[in-house]
Amino acid sequence: MHQGPAPESGPDPASNYKTRLGVVMFLIYCVVYVGFVLANVVAEGKVMQVIVFMGLNLAVVYGMGLIVLALVMALIYNHKCTGKENELAGRSVGGEEIA
Amino acid sequence: MNLHGTPLSIVIFALFVLMVLYLSFFFARKAKSASGYYAAGGQIHWAVNGISFAGDYLSAASFLGICGMIATLGYDGFLYSIGYLAGWVVALFVVAEPMKRMGKFTFTDALDAKFDSRGIKLAAAISTLVVSICYLIPQMNGAGSLVEPLLGLPHWVGVIIVGAIVIAIVSTAGMTSTTYVQFLKGGLLLIFSTILVVSVMVRGLSTEPPSLKDAEGQALLNIPEQSTEVELAGQGYLLKHTVGDLLKFSHEGVVSWWKKDADGTLWQAQWSSGSLVNGKPDGLLNPVGRIKAIGGMNEEEAARGTGSLGPAGFLARLTHPDTRIEQWHKKTVFDEDGAKYSVYYPKTVSGTEEMKPGAKFKVKTGWQKLNFISLMLALFFGTAALPHILIRYYTVPSPACARKSTIVAIAAIGFFYVLTLFMGLGAATSGTVNPADNNMSAPLLAMSFGGVLFAIISAIAFATVLGTVAGLIVAASGAVAHDLMDRFGGMNLSEKEKVRAGKIAAFAVGIVAIILGIVFRGVNVSFLVGWAFAVAASANLPAILMLLFWKKTTAAGIVASITVGIVAALGIILTGPAMFAGPYGLTAEAAWHPLGQPGIISIPLSFLTLVVVSLATRKKVQA
Repeated sequence: MHQGPAPESGPDPASNYKTRLGVVMFLIYCVVYVGFVLANVVAEGKVMQVIVFMGLNLAVVYGMGLIVLALVMALIYNHKCTGKENELAGRSVGGEEIA
Repeated sequence: MNLHGTPLSIVIFALFVLMVLYLSFFFARKAKSASGYYAAGGQIHWAVNGISFAGDYLSAASFLGICGMIATLGYDGFLYSIGYLAGWVVALFVVAEPMKRMGKFTFTDALDAKFDSRGIKLAAAISTLVVSICYLIPQMNGAGSLVEPLLGLPHWVGVIIVGAIVIAIVSTAGMTSTTYVQFLKGGLLLIFSTILVVSVMVRGLSTEPPSLKDAEGQALLNIPEQSTEVELAGQGYLLKHTVGDLLKFSHEGVVSWWKKDADGTLWQAQWSSGSLVNGKPDGLLNPVGRIKAIGGMNEEEAARGTGSLGPAGFLARLTHPDTRIEQWHKKTVFDEDGAKYSVYYPKTVSGTEEMKPGAKFKVKTGWQKLNFISLMLALFFGTAALPHILIRYYTVPSPACARKSTIVAIAAIGFFYVLTLFMGLGAATSGTVNPADNNMSAPLLAMSFGGVLFAIISAIAFATVLGTVAGLIVAASGAVAHDLMDRFGGMNLSEKEKVRAGKIAAFAVGIVAIILGIVFRGVNVSFLVGWAFAVAASANLPAILMLLFWKKTTAAGIVASITVGIVAALGIILTGPAMFAGPYGLTAEAAWHPLGQPGIISIPLSFLTLVVVSLATRKKVQA
């Protein structure tokens, strides 16, 4: 195990793109999450007991959906970020090596 | 059910703990520099770091607390799973890469990268310490709960054992060893939780599952007696006291508490008072948790059981409106002589009620709605502000690796949180819930499948606590040695001195955690972690977000925001109903206000403070 000082990261030409994309995806997830919280609060949460499909209610489907959505959005985000990093690294000689 | 471990379970448990200690000491020899101690040299592979994130994050709260809350109160416990996971979205999309770019060892480094302000160093270090200690309390508490049934030792002994082992780990090794311990623990937790859930699915649901009976076919769990006031009076019971719908009777000198339903039916409750449990000195409460009717099946069919079920089929059976499940609630009351009683009473609910929110988090009144929104807000914004999570961004080589390890973490943690719903509901229907301490529901569920699985799950749960506590103590000791002593105090410590100072700090923080872990015995650990999230979200997140996205942020604004966030969040918690009903030994009604969760006030207040102070100090600079 290497135990030297933590390596300093070089300049990251894709950082602006990644920040913008991150904020947009964060806001999309926020809207879905707020919807979940409100569905729990409105009408004493009665809307959450509505059966949606396969005998499962909205509380279970929406809750599981939020967990799955987080992973799907994370994979999309990584795909787009990695693509941009590779594109910019290809353009500039000596760009940061992407793991 | 026998609630004590077998010699085999103790051997498996001991082997597991020894393996963890060996790993720690093995890596300890290699961690000599400050970077090695606090950030594992920044050379951990992103995939290993991702699973280690899961190991750090899936603490006692996730494994013990959430499963316990679902086991006693149904769906509401799952709200924690959803909130805890959603918080990782904030971490990934907003915080991960910038934190890695700005920092070196700690979260304070990142906050202070732009300003080099002594005030920020002090405030952020104090915040790290406070949040770490808030988070440590439930971990230690959970450790005590685990050791009680496994080794037959008192709760406080469990807390001290964890404290001692973790202090040994951290004060010898640091971040490299905690990373590998977390990796191992995170991986094993996922594998064995999956095995447990598959076992539950294969067994299916039954009103009389084998786990509820001993070898002679005798019922093991507590099935509450049903009666009426008239019947009890006829049998010579004397009504001694009434507190709302809880009634205290005395019969030939023996006290019993009963819960009255709206139709006048009385259900016998369990109780503890001082050293008495159900009238016996130092006794144990009887295990509870059963499904009383399964929707779509008559009594005979329900007793035979459903047989194997798929995940959707399992949840659908429980959600069926004709399904009946017994939930268990707790209330602290005082009798006619002023003696304090903890009364645990059953409430039969339909499948519809069990599988929808509302048993723990009521949303009828305005305050209740505020409490709920406040909790969900804190869970969402707390993750990305937890110091022991933030320091893990410095163990990988680059911002891209920080991002990738976060995604591995989301996959692993998300999968685990899906499992919590099945483990909690499995315990709720298998008679494996201790109503006084529901934190043990998942390990006791494992016990219903045999001693080996129980021992392995308990050992993993114990390692879960060890790993998380170790991570927290590294974060806290980093705050003291690196942020406070070296950078704020200007002591210019050498690498060796910095590591030594960190180890001494780790020892001190460990002692504080042990004491608080004993004080908070019996409180659901996930509930306690909710507070740690609220303090983290209030103190740290406004500063992180505004520093990243608002150019007018000043050093004074950050200091004020962190300070106000900590004071407001802690102030609301310490004067709130849960503290009065719990550690203060009073009732919830005696609290200064009905707000149990501080986030809805303390998070916006912290943001507002940052904006106002930044604008004010900016003008001053310009003038």
